[in-house]
Amino acid sequence: MSGISRRNFLKAGLIGGAATTLGMSCKAWGAGSFEGYPEGMGVLVDLTRCVGCRSCEAACNKEQKLPAPDKPFDDLSVFDEKGENGALRRPDEGHLTVVNKYTPAGAKKPIYRKVQCNHCNEPACLTSCFVNAYTKTKEGAVIYNSKVCVGCRNCMIACPFNVPGYSYSSVTNPVVKKCIFCYDTRLKYGKPPACVETCPQEVMTFGHRNDLIKVAHDRIKESPDKYVDHIYGEKELGGTGWMYLAGVDFGKVGFDTTVANEPIISNVKEFLGTVPMVLAIWPALFSGFHLLATRKAHGEHSEQEDHKHENL
Amino acid sequence: MRTKRNFITTFFALGLLATAAVSGSQEIPDVINLDPLTRLYEPVKFNHAKHIHDLQDCAACHHHTIGAPSDDRNCGRCHRTMEPQKAAACRKCHAADPFTAETIRARHDDKNRYHRDVPGLKAAYHLSCTGCHEKGSGPTGCTDCHARTDAGNAFYRSGKYAPVAKPAGSGHH
Repeated sequence: MSGISRRNFLKAGLIGGAATTLGMSCKAWGAGSFEGYPEGMGVLVDLTRCVGCRSCEAACNKEQKLPAPDKPFDDLSVFDEKGENGALRRPDEGHLTVVNKYTPAGAKKPIYRKVQCNHCNEPACLTSCFVNAYTKTKEGAVIYNSKVCVGCRNCMIACPFNVPGYSYSSVTNPVVKKCIFCYDTRLKYGKPPACVETCPQEVMTFGHRNDLIKVAHDRIKESPDKYVDHIYGEKELGGTGWMYLAGVDFGKVGFDTTVANEPIISNVKEFLGTVPMVLAIWPALFSGFHLLATRKAHGEHSEQEDHKHENL
Repeated sequence: MRTKRNFITTFFALGLLATAAVSGSQEIPDVINLDPLTRLYEPVKFNHAKHIHDLQDCAACHHHTIGAPSDDRNCGRCHRTMEPQKAAACRKCHAADPFTAETIRARHDDKNRYHRDVPGLKAAYHLSCTGCHEKGSGPTGCTDCHARTDAGNAFYRSGKYAPVAKPAGSGHH
């Protein structure tokens, strides 16, 4: 009796082991990386061109019908505003894009950096959202549907760039607010976003993402002394729709240079791939264990019963 | 007799004016009205003659188009010995609206295009002007070169459109 139990136990163990192995190999089919829609649009941001005039902020405010700002858009004192622990300005419900000023050691003049949603090829916000409020459109925009949003704010934690803001000021209907690439009013119709159109210096070049990568490499090749040899966003986190060129190390002007080239979803795909396996196998496996465990007890019990009968 | 002479003088004067007007594109203008963004800003009355006099270097702005060797070594690779071009004006190559769907489609489809990174007209002006002014003595502030229009003030929430910091009512006496 005990021998059979042991054999069954080993069998069950083997099946369990196989299931785990299968789960591991899920990465192979789970992580087929998505490199963006072939016709997806993007923007190349050249930090060496920006003069910090904040016209992009004004254009965004007008286009997205955002509330009136605290200071005029030609007031450059906002560059001295510091949040907690000296944090620079970041996008929030009233500002879907902000420009920050950096004065790294060794730079001849201040460097300005525009911050907004980078419109990732594989957005972490989209991955984290369990009601599918986010969509990566074929034009390349990451848009958001406030009608299905339940306000869990997972996307705000998931975003590696700290982009989505939340309209905490709204008591009745708080929603996530972030740059949507002017999708509804412009991108959908093949037009560039408002910030790109208004920029006097053409800091931002609008075009097909694939073309912009070539343009960026051309600029580095033609002016190797002007740029660091890197396009931020070409590969970072699986690639972003908005990409950057700079004349100094990206780490010195507020970019997170520790991010991997793998999209965020790759960190969880492996784990999530095992979930169906666990759901399918664990009930059977543990039912088996339970049956084996109770069968022996049941057998002993019945033997005792037999003895009882014999005694009677 | 006198009337006849006057008539001939007027005729010649008119003729000269007409010639000047026709050949205007080939002449070097003294003042150019730069107006690609007249919605938010007034046009710039660009003093071309002064820049020619001060810089003595046409290629600094006109690249290789006027026949002189360009300062930019990237232009020199192909255009070192190029004849002057018919089009030397900025707007002939730099589009006023560089990101229309048609322009982007054309750029996307033409895989052999070398000049696929041509700034628009507004950017060509600003990159060229501020790029040089920052190094030298020229003005770099937005309103140093062009005054803002009323629509511009509304756009930047500046001037009379500035956000009111004080409690409402203080300005209503």
